[in-house]
Amino acid sequence: MTLPVRFTRDLSELPTHAFGTRSLTWWGVVGFMLIEGTGFALAIAAYFFLMSQEQLWPPSALPPKLLWGTLTLAVMLLSDIPNVWVKKAAEEERLRDTRIGLVIMSIVVIPLLVLRGFEFANLNIGWDRNAYGSILWALLLLHTTHLLTDWVDTLVLAALMFTEHGGEGRRFVDTSENGLYWHFVVLSWIPLYVVIYWVPRMTTGGLIG
Amino acid sequence: MSRRGEDPKALPRDGRDLTGDALHERLSLTWHTSPGFWGWLTTVDHKLVGRRYIFTALVFLILGGILALIMRVQLARPESGLISADRYNQIFSMHGTTMMFLFAVPVMEAMAVYIIPLMLGTRNIAFPRLNAFSYWVFLFGGIMIWVAFLFNVGPEAGWFSYVPLAGPEYSPGKRTDFWAQMITFTEVAALATSVELVATIMKQRAPGMSLNRVPLFAWGVLVTSLMVIFAMPAVMLSSSFLIADRLVGTQFYNPTEGGDALLWQHLFWFFGHPEVYIIFIPALGFVSQITETFSRRPIFGYPVMVLALVSIGILAFGLWVHHMFATGLPRLGYSFYTAASMMIALPSGVQIFCWIATMWAGRPRFTVPMLWVIGFIITFVIGGLTGVMVASVPLDLQLHDTYFVVAHFHYVLIGGAVFPLLGAITFWFPKFTGRMMDETLGKLSFAIGFIGFHLTFFPMHFTGLMGMPRRVYTYPSDIGWNMLNMISSIGAFIFASALLLFMINALVSYRKGLLSGSNPWEASSLEWAVPSPPPPYNFAHIPVVEGRTPLWDAGGTLSVVSGLRVEDRELLLTTAIDAEPDVREPSPLPTIWPLLAAIAVTALFIGSIFNPWAIVWGAIPLAATLTVWFWPKGPPEAEPVIE
Repeated sequence: MTLPVRFTRDLSELPTHAFGTRSLTWWGVVGFMLIEGTGFALAIAAYFFLMSQEQLWPPSALPPKLLWGTLTLAVMLLSDIPNVWVKKAAEEERLRDTRIGLVIMSIVVIPLLVLRGFEFANLNIGWDRNAYGSILWALLLLHTTHLLTDWVDTLVLAALMFTEHGGEGRRFVDTSENGLYWHFVVLSWIPLYVVIYWVPRMTTGGLIG
Repeated sequence: MSRRGEDPKALPRDGRDLTGDALHERLSLTWHTSPGFWGWLTTVDHKLVGRRYIFTALVFLILGGILALIMRVQLARPESGLISADRYNQIFSMHGTTMMFLFAVPVMEAMAVYIIPLMLGTRNIAFPRLNAFSYWVFLFGGIMIWVAFLFNVGPEAGWFSYVPLAGPEYSPGKRTDFWAQMITFTEVAALATSVELVATIMKQRAPGMSLNRVPLFAWGVLVTSLMVIFAMPAVMLSSSFLIADRLVGTQFYNPTEGGDALLWQHLFWFFGHPEVYIIFIPALGFVSQITETFSRRPIFGYPVMVLALVSIGILAFGLWVHHMFATGLPRLGYSFYTAASMMIALPSGVQIFCWIATMWAGRPRFTVPMLWVIGFIITFVIGGLTGVMVASVPLDLQLHDTYFVVAHFHYVLIGGAVFPLLGAITFWFPKFTGRMMDETLGKLSFAIGFIGFHLTFFPMHFTGLMGMPRRVYTYPSDIGWNMLNMISSIGAFIFASALLLFMINALVSYRKGLLSGSNPWEASSLEWAVPSPPPPYNFAHIPVVEGRTPLWDAGGTLSVVSGLRVEDRELLLTTAIDAEPDVREPSPLPTIWPLLAAIAVTALFIGSIFNPWAIVWGAIPLAATLTVWFWPKGPPEAEPVIE
């Protein structure tokens, strides 16, 4: 400081971590959610742009098989129950419950990845067949990337929770924000599911063209 | 170091009992970057990262400028055989790519990385490791595309790489693939920086700096960062589609299989138009800070200025289609995008009137930064007027893809962003280095630069009106373009010599300039309260802000808060709107892992150009480096630990 200073307030009583908008982590996570959400929105816009160029939709293919995507949606929505619980446990700084919750969340993703494999296998079109196939694969791949990154994130966090760092306030903040990100992964699947599985069903039979 | 189990109250903190030299010593120890090469690789200090970010972006400015000069040599005479058509394609593509992706956007973010934490009164940027990572990714992406160019695999389809020209059919080989991955590199870097800057501006402002007291440069950076967040995903998506079309046979842009070339244009310009404002809005911030300082009065119409910045940020997303008037649109589309394009002139005009009013009502000092601001106002108004001209569809159809457009966007980009940048570098140079840039050389480079710029680009309006298209590598001698092109080429060398003079001035002043002291310009914002160059911890005590111009309001004594720990890196978080003190937040230590993660990213991106499976295999080292990066090292922190 090059100017003389006048002390006004002592801040040593302030906490060293806080949840939600009070934490820096929340702003970081929300920033990346906005980026990725924009990516999803633009990919969906690209889907409809390509659709508007076609007489028939889906062009030269059957709509993707409904079963696997719907199962994914169901499991995804169910997975948000333990997610809400672990987020709450973390915000109340209950170490044991947070550990259990993170282990559950690490396991929950595995059936989702298996289901996702079946989804890819039942899209009824290759990515290189036509633009419809390309955008379908792109949408599913984009969402799968999020599934994978959040899974790795959760695994690392779960492991961290069982070390001596588990008791630190910041780990609870991390867990809480990880829960927020899982909400995003779940919620973003709903419009993607509708676009991938239902739009082709609503348009076949001559709704467009 | 105090660790778990000790009484947090006993930890040493800044305050009445710990201030002055004793505090400086302890904070320096906590916040310093180790000397030597290892320290250089691992630093997370926003000032060191910001400085090297600015420096690297300026190196790309020189490289892009050299390409511009080569083009002007080629175009100085008709039917010149100096450069082949193919080489020329690569040169203009690299010129645009370098200037937009490797110079303009990065340099603006880099200035913000350096200045914003100081201006807001905090000790480091939010997510400083991400910041270091962002720099490395940017650097590696820039090196990649330039090495590719030097090996004759540079991009060849222009900086906006339109399909089908850039598609697998008309651009075989790896040239466009390198371009598409360069996009991914630079966008990852820009997006990371934007998230940091938003978090910093929203959460790390000095107590009392409520949103209605935030300096206009910080407002500009906030708007810009949000624009990056909403615009850049579009270009990442479009370039990923492009590289997928080229490498794994997707059909996004292939009209014979249901794809559409216009999908590229929509996605690209949904990014590309906001991009112009992403470059321009930080420059508006520079202009406001400089105008305020050298007019020696608070900026006129602050609330209107903030609203203008925000409305430019929003309107910028409604303009992209005006780049596509020549593609054929519904009539309503024409009218809508014409109206939107003209509308954005309003907030820009409001700002200009506010600056003029500030100067009018103040006591202006015509220093070098102020001269660049005046040069900016003149040049930008001309560029803005030609912008309103080409917003009109019939005129645009006539002038599309001619040198008139080249003239227009160089007026708005160089006049609107580079002039303020040169002013800003002169203005903050003492803060960066502790020394002043030479005033006489500065004035000389302004005068030469201003003349050289207009000599280069003003004639292009006429070359364009006479029908000369962009991106032609030569032209016949008998259609009347010879003289105008020759003038532009001479002007280009004059302009380049001014930039060279500016850089020589910077280099010489860095070693031998007059020592500046903390606030050589008697400016009002917080960065001028700390020594030049600032110590590693920026502020010994976190300042308290009581108005829009804190140092002018302080009256010689700065109010501060105390109680942050000194043996661990600690920042103050304040509430988002009112900037009330809220949380003491730890800030990360230096580490090598962001660099290693950037190397892993580089391997993944470059590998994917040659084999799509690189995305899968490359993800493993990337995940590993990121995990180690985030894994806490050392024993747990002293407070608070929940047992």
